[in-house]
Amino acid sequence: MRFPLARIAHCRSGDKGDVANIGVIACDERHYPILVREVTAERVKGFFGDRVKGRVERFELPNVGALNFVMHEALGGGGTVSLRVDAQGKTLGAALLRLEIEADEHELGD
Amino acid sequence: MIRIANGQGFWGDWLEAPVRLVEQGPIDYLTLDYLAEVTMSILQKQKQKDAALGYARDFPPLMARLAGWMRARNIKVVANAGGVNPLACAREVRRLAPELKVAVVLGDDISDRIDGLLASGHSLRNLDTGEPLAAVRGRVLSANVYLGAFPLAQALATGADVVISGRCADAALALAPMIHRFGWSETDWDALAGGVVAGHIIECGAQATGGNCQADWQGIPDLANIGYPIVEAEPDGSSVITKHEGTGGRVSLASVKEQLVYEIGDPRAYVTPDVVADFTSIRLADAGADRVRVTGAHGSPRPATLKVSLNYFAGWKAIGTLVYCWPQALEKARAADRIVRERLAQLGLDFDAIETEYFGVNACHGPAARPASDPPEVQLRIGVRGADRGAVERFTRELVPLVLSGPPGATGYGEGRPQVREVVAYWPALIPREEIEPRVEVVE
Repeated sequence: MRFPLARIAHCRSGDKGDVANIGVIACDERHYPILVREVTAERVKGFFGDRVKGRVERFELPNVGALNFVMHEALGGGGTVSLRVDAQGKTLGAALLRLEIEADEHELGD
Repeated sequence: MIRIANGQGFWGDWLEAPVRLVEQGPIDYLTLDYLAEVTMSILQKQKQKDAALGYARDFPPLMARLAGWMRARNIKVVANAGGVNPLACAREVRRLAPELKVAVVLGDDISDRIDGLLASGHSLRNLDTGEPLAAVRGRVLSANVYLGAFPLAQALATGADVVISGRCADAALALAPMIHRFGWSETDWDALAGGVVAGHIIECGAQATGGNCQADWQGIPDLANIGYPIVEAEPDGSSVITKHEGTGGRVSLASVKEQLVYEIGDPRAYVTPDVVADFTSIRLADAGADRVRVTGAHGSPRPATLKVSLNYFAGWKAIGTLVYCWPQALEKARAADRIVRERLAQLGLDFDAIETEYFGVNACHGPAARPASDPPEVQLRIGVRGADRGAVERFTRELVPLVLSGPPGATGYGEGRPQVREVVAYWPALIPREEIEPRVEVVE
């Protein structure tokens, strides 16, 4: 079945210059494999469309059940240069909660 | 075990937080992180206008307020409040709180050495773009090296009550007391990595204790009285993240994980001046109410280079807003945006960037936002940026006329014309470690 990422994960996002990062954390560490399979760098890049001009890298933290997405040229210049209200990418993690992902009932185990 | 608390995540954070940390329970060290990436350039300008300024001005009065408690309970403070003028900051602390012994860490400011460094072959290339610094050399406003924790620890070893630095790695503020008290050497990689992980978790203040926490945010109690984070650090590099009893907020696996992944790159190699920490090596465990244990950190040798944070002048910008009401609020705002852009084009004005966002529709999330259907109002927000101050000034006069000459139902122009602001841009670079010699001075 399909459902939004918000059902099984929470996120926090921030900036380093014009680079934004989003940490995606499984609420239940048993669901981490679903994140690994469903939330790919390509999907995240596509989700943000032309807001993220550069490449998106994904890093894995299996020890805490989390993924880290590093998004280049994502903040309209970043910091003080950007003209955006969210020049520091604080809200990008919340945006990603709408990403539609897929998993079987038995994988969710609830 | 020593208790290290962080009472400030940036300059502008909650003023009461450090006071409550000192008053509401036991701590041994209080750290205060004042410096964001662009703060240094703001401070540099203040120093240019007045040679006695250029530091976090909230800090000396805070020390005066806390001095009695610090002396009574033997609490030491480690803060990067010095900005671009740590000595002036230290003298002001001494003036307001003469009973405190103050030491400063110097050597991070290389703004006077740039030409020499360039001449000797250090190109100070932009870490993100690869461009050599020569491209913006004439416009550089500040240049500071991120120092590590060892010079801060050396300053604590003088017996100072207050250690003031300029630019240093954020996590170094918390790492320094551990080095000082546990006697860690520069090659105790795993212990240092453990200290860095703990320092990273508390460096943004209440973001570790339930602030800005997405997980169960409505269930997190009493944010009005949120407790700022405390590390109970052990000599082996492990720690417990906690907060004072009876304070608001929550320390949980969720709150700590959110901060662990905050503003990081490759989690296997979190690079600091003191050690490269592997965030994928640690274990987090629930250790009771508002307690999370952090163990198992693995570190590898520190890099041969240090990071330099440069700021340079990059032109002018202005951002203006107008509100459009229902019906067709979004259509009206879009029409107004087209009109502004057409008028700017007719004037022949040249900008590096024009960006339009629609509050209530997509300002935060852009194309990832849920499509809006018939919102009751929309705020149009247009920003321009460019090298020509005159062009940016002219833009600021193009929004308000739309109230009479554009689509119907515009309001919210009461603030008048937008302000033209200077753009200060950030330029990260690397420099060989041996070029930098941190030093400690006790300020009498």
